[in-house]
Amino acid sequence: MTTETHVTAPHHQRPDWLWYVGVAVVGTLGWLIYGQLIPMSEWVTSLFPVARDSHTGEAIAFFVYDVPKVLLLLTGIVFVTGVLRSWFSPEKTRAILAGKRQIWGYPLAALLGVLTPFCSCSSVPLFIGFVSAGIPLGVTFAFLIAGPMVGPVGLGLLYGLVGWQIATIYLVFGFSIATLSGFVLGRMGLERYLQDWVRDLNAGPTGDLPETQLTLVDRLRIGIEQVREIVGKVWIWVLVGIGIGAAIHGYVPEEMMLRIMGGEAWWSVPAAVTVGVPMYTNAAGVIPIVEAFLGKGAALGTTLAFMMSVIALSLPEMIILKQVLTLRLIAIFIAVVATGILATGYLFNFLL
Amino acid sequence: MKTVKVFGPGCKRCEATEALVKQVASDLGIAVEIEKVSDPKSMAMAGVMSTPAVSVDGKMVHSGGLPEAAHLKQWLLA
Repeated sequence: MTTETHVTAPHHQRPDWLWYVGVAVVGTLGWLIYGQLIPMSEWVTSLFPVARDSHTGEAIAFFVYDVPKVLLLLTGIVFVTGVLRSWFSPEKTRAILAGKRQIWGYPLAALLGVLTPFCSCSSVPLFIGFVSAGIPLGVTFAFLIAGPMVGPVGLGLLYGLVGWQIATIYLVFGFSIATLSGFVLGRMGLERYLQDWVRDLNAGPTGDLPETQLTLVDRLRIGIEQVREIVGKVWIWVLVGIGIGAAIHGYVPEEMMLRIMGGEAWWSVPAAVTVGVPMYTNAAGVIPIVEAFLGKGAALGTTLAFMMSVIALSLPEMIILKQVLTLRLIAIFIAVVATGILATGYLFNFLL
Repeated sequence: MKTVKVFGPGCKRCEATEALVKQVASDLGIAVEIEKVSDPKSMAMAGVMSTPAVSVDGKMVHSGGLPEAAHLKQWLLA
């Protein structure tokens, strides 16, 4: 993927209707292909010189079915999300949150965390922007946890790969963990563990940008730009994730999966969190693995705990935050969120 | 001589933004001095929350994504 094309691309030359027609045609085409994935993948699998019901055959079938499925879903979700998020901005979110100190600032921050576009490379300026505008630290954390944890990309993929029931459970619990963790962190009075210069920083100019009015075509272009950027960045993780999922699906015996990730093994939930936190990937890479886990009979609570710790608590993200938070605050942050994830995992293994 | 600041931690989009500023300025035949700001403290002092962001002669004109060439032209000519 190259961004160079953008530099020289002529702007505003195509008429508006061409954009609408283009998006409609590509969307319909994607939809039609999506409906034919099973026969297409079975046909591709049959080209390999292995028995369809052998371990290798199962693994190949999983891979050639999931790759186009995940890439199509991902493209569609990222595009729609990109267009919808063009109505939100960190500046607007900060203005909304700055007035809210009451208890419902936490759920509101979590909700806005899902809706506001920000990439992890922006999380430091965003964090400072919030804190220096007087938004309480706990509310800021609720925002930062919810963003990756219940992002639309993860939810859309869960819906497409493992069904709406689990996607809904994930949404409700991910949202609750973000809200509660933010609340707990807020009550702990952690302001003194910010890096000195952040604590001493008085609100700078609020960056009062002129409000630019976007046309619908501008918003479609933002969606396309997002697809180019995000799908261009994560596709490799998608392939790796599906590869691991395919290997599990084809080769891991069910008894072994039940022994390691089944509901009976009490230690499996903390183990899943311990393995998940240092893993560096994203929703698109981890959900195909989750799909294979669940298909082999892994317990839902253990699987949810694994997925949440991979997505919400990645070490590289914490290293970025090290610029503004002390190590001690990062450790407290990880401990609080991990406790919420553990509780969710145990709760589900106990209930189901 | 216009002073353009490009705010960003050094991600791909930030580099693309800098390249775009150079390109537009040379198309317009305007001399610009481009300064890259990647230190979080300086970004915070300028009020930048989403990157890449752009300021022209000290005035913030854009934040949160690759700016459009047409807009950049207006900002540089203003």
